[in-house]
Amino acid sequence: MLTVFLGGLLIYCSFEFPLWGDPNSPASTHVSPYYIENTLEDTSVPNIVTAVLADYRGYDTMFETVVIFTAGIACIFLLRTFKTVDPDIRLYRHIPTGITLRIEKGGKFPEDSSHFERLDTVWIPYGLIVKTTCRLVIPFIQIFALYVIAHGHYSPGGGFQGGVIMGASLVLYAIAFDLRSAIRRVSERLITLLCTLGVFIYAGTGILCMLFEKNYLDYSALANIFGVDPVSARSHGILIVEIGVGIVVMAVMVILYYILASAGKHDEGL
Amino acid sequence: MMADGAIEILISRINYWVYIALMMIGLYGIIIKKNIMKKIIGVSILQTAVILFFVSIGAKRDATIPIIVHTHDSGRTAIRAADFINPLPHVLMLTAIVVAVATLGVALSLIIKIYREYNTLEEDEILPQLRENKL
Repeated sequence: MLTVFLGGLLIYCSFEFPLWGDPNSPASTHVSPYYIENTLEDTSVPNIVTAVLADYRGYDTMFETVVIFTAGIACIFLLRTFKTVDPDIRLYRHIPTGITLRIEKGGKFPEDSSHFERLDTVWIPYGLIVKTTCRLVIPFIQIFALYVIAHGHYSPGGGFQGGVIMGASLVLYAIAFDLRSAIRRVSERLITLLCTLGVFIYAGTGILCMLFEKNYLDYSALANIFGVDPVSARSHGILIVEIGVGIVVMAVMVILYYILASAGKHDEGL
Repeated sequence: MMADGAIEILISRINYWVYIALMMIGLYGIIIKKNIMKKIIGVSILQTAVILFFVSIGAKRDATIPIIVHTHDSGRTAIRAADFINPLPHVLMLTAIVVAVATLGVALSLIIKIYREYNTLEEDEILPQLRENKL
């Protein structure tokens, strides 16, 4: 009832809204013409979206990054359990023969060796095709992610998009193999450190600008370090900040997957 | 004549109709549904509606994506704002999408916590348990 009423109200209001694709709509006549016309002069970055994201609206993006960081940390605090509870049943596969062993609680578990691999209780079959395909595809996904981050100045892309693609590649690894082998590759400690490092890179760039007697996140202060003119220094500063954002987003995606897939135990996952 | 006018209104504001429909679906999910998981799906649909609204505002007729092509006389030809779509909504929504994913993660971990505590996600089964614990 309320929903229908609000919907009617919105439909009534929408007659006042500008038409689709109207160049003279209020949204397109306030500050956006300034951005479009002056970005190339101010920052020498052709991609206006990247320039607005990391330079004109640098504070906004920094605190968005902090929000993502906080979300990742909050998930760890909410769900992570450090007390290791032995599960009732463990499954092992003897690799040379392909036999699956089921060991109940109280039984003796085999040592970590090359003869036995531990299996998830929810997924027993041996996914040869899935594993091989993912092993082939993941390096290319990661190279593409790095390309998206590094090429964000000249084509659609940037830290957020590249970070998500990078995180997706690690999540794909964790799905195709299992959570334990993903954690062996990228440990929890490493991923949490990366999460903090990204925020540190972003905030540190701002403080570095302050040390050169400019405003916080005014990248033209970095001209002396890079040995270029202030305008190019801005584009270099944007790149550094985008790398920081990419690291944070990648790390938080992986943290969220680790935590949610195993409900905080970091033992068995999807 | 009347029918033509109505169709014209319908087509020229189609982005608003889609956004209103999505927003109402989301609101319905948040208000009516008793299951917390379904409420969160409603919140996500609402976020999608807002993102769609913002991005559709940025569109301009006969304009291209906001990336300035490097030409040989770059700097001499003036850049006209009408030739590029509005970059601002894209910037805002770019960050909003990623933040939405991160906050969705927090919501899901809260849901796991609630399920461990009460063994259910139905609101009308959780509330009696809450009252019992209080008394």
